[in-house]
Amino acid sequence: MKLTLGPLLYYWSREDTLAFYAEAATWPVDVVYLGETVCSRRHLLRLADWLEVAASLRDAGKEVVLSTQTLIESESDLKALRKIVAYGAFKVEANEFGAVRLCAEAGMPFVAGPALNVYNPDTLALLHEAGALRWVPPVEMPQAMLKAMIVPEGMETELFSYGRLPLAFSARCFTARHYNLQKDDCQFRCIDHPDGLDLKTRENEVFLTMNGIQTQSAKIHTLAHRTDEARALGVTYLRLSPQSQHMGRVVGVFDTLRKNALVPMEAAAQLQRLMPGKPCDGYWLGRPGLDYAPDEALN
Amino acid sequence: MLDTHPLLELICPAGSLPALKAAVDHGADGVYLGLKDNTNARNFAGLNFDDKSLAEGIRYAEERGCRVLMALNTYPQPDTLKRWHAAVDKAAELGVYAIILADPGLMAYACKTHPELRLHLSVQGSATSYEAIHFYRERFGIQRAVLPRVLSLAQVENVIRNSPVEIELFGFGGLCVMVEGRCLLSSYACGDSPNTFGACSPGHAVRWQQTPQGMETRLNGILIDRYADHEKAGYPTLCKGRFAVQGETYYALEEPTSLNSMEMLPEMLRIGIAAIKIEGRQRSPAYVAQVTQVWRAAIDAVKRNPDAFHIQPDWTTQLTKVSEGSMHTLGAYNRPWK
Repeated sequence: MKLTLGPLLYYWSREDTLAFYAEAATWPVDVVYLGETVCSRRHLLRLADWLEVAASLRDAGKEVVLSTQTLIESESDLKALRKIVAYGAFKVEANEFGAVRLCAEAGMPFVAGPALNVYNPDTLALLHEAGALRWVPPVEMPQAMLKAMIVPEGMETELFSYGRLPLAFSARCFTARHYNLQKDDCQFRCIDHPDGLDLKTRENEVFLTMNGIQTQSAKIHTLAHRTDEARALGVTYLRLSPQSQHMGRVVGVFDTLRKNALVPMEAAAQLQRLMPGKPCDGYWLGRPGLDYAPDEALN
Repeated sequence: MLDTHPLLELICPAGSLPALKAAVDHGADGVYLGLKDNTNARNFAGLNFDDKSLAEGIRYAEERGCRVLMALNTYPQPDTLKRWHAAVDKAAELGVYAIILADPGLMAYACKTHPELRLHLSVQGSATSYEAIHFYRERFGIQRAVLPRVLSLAQVENVIRNSPVEIELFGFGGLCVMVEGRCLLSSYACGDSPNTFGACSPGHAVRWQQTPQGMETRLNGILIDRYADHEKAGYPTLCKGRFAVQGETYYALEEPTSLNSMEMLPEMLRIGIAAIKIEGRQRSPAYVAQVTQVWRAAIDAVKRNPDAFHIQPDWTTQLTKVSEGSMHTLGAYNRPWK
């Protein structure tokens, strides 16, 4: 089982971002996904900066993948996308079908990202033929559906296993809206919310997290206690999504777990102390994503 | 711009046979419909077509020169893939004008099995760039793409200039603030997602409850909104509820508005929009009749003389009447929030 560090979904200062990846170089993760996947206005790290980070992580023995933006709106978004694909030294994670087309055309092997909506074997086979070496199932895919998928020979499966779930993308920026700012003059307020901005119901229940144009679950999806179930289905990569605090320790828990040096329920308990919210695992069980039923066994 | 296809074709919703007839009778160029299951994104009880109503609907529309488009725009799953295939086969057999698909695997099946069948890329396919549209065109020969309601009209124009296919836009009706096909809020809250179940905030999860604090609307127990006595309670669509962020309670994601892009018709004609889609398969035949009639008049007017186009006061009155007084917005097309 390999561990991957998913793309950073939040907007952190340049200093914090570089410090995070300098530390990540020392963590027991096998793969690191880099780049801005949420908002094209976030500019503290340009492609050249990401490539520098990529090179140092590669030198530290990590496999590096460059992730592409999920919502492409403008010609300049496409220009940025083409540069990532053309760079060539690193694999690309394609997060929409424009990126899939560009990768396929360039003969560039890629990772099919979780937003591509792969729900059946026909679509998966088609992506494999287009050059996808690895795929990340939609985060809402239950274990039973993954079990029924036919994964092409040689194709790797990476499961979103830890972090706030990326649930929705919009053209509208909810963070800017909260501050009564226009999107084009957002003053980059995302930077004040390193793990997103909580949205509560009128009963004070923490429900969702706003992260610019992205809406996430407020709960932290965790499958640490279900890695055996995932392994049994041929999952070989576990994706851990960055959070601003304790990420190295989160990676450590998963690493100890994969070495069988920790019982799954103890891993779940340790992770709960490191999370910026409550846990959930409902999607894996075929239930509402926000449910948490760690004791529910699956076959 | 494509010269081969007339522009601003009016595509209207048919959630039932009476709604289909209302759309046809009031001037729709095309109607779109779905089957009674989760093969389409309006999988609500009491809606959609069985074999009998489907055959009758197609006959009724075709005799009156109206095209029938079948939406098979959810994502098939391993255990049920055959049902989606059967639906494609049925559409081909019945000779519908086009099928509207979101899933690449299903498109591959359709273009291999029924090469003569016209394919449209559904809004649920989330294609917002011409590079994505090229992908579906090159591999499956799609002839039209319906764009998610997230691009500005200038961005839509750029897509049209660089796309080898017709572009259809939503013109009127309910509005998703999220990119269609890229929203899992519903399954996160209640287990059913638009992608696989074909419905957002489905009826079975909805509860309305009068309390001392006011009328409460819940989705799987989660409080979506609470209304004071003078407020009209809305359906608890997740993204349109009132929530608290840093102590401030407001429509944190989206106001409960619906889309009305009519004032942009001259611009839509100029940039070469092939078709305008009216949302609302869950709405009544009376609604469909009214909206179709008004939009037919508006499209005819803009095509006669785009420079002199202006919205007639009685069109607005009629649309406001059926929209139950809810607010209208131009949505992303002109981005007041940009």
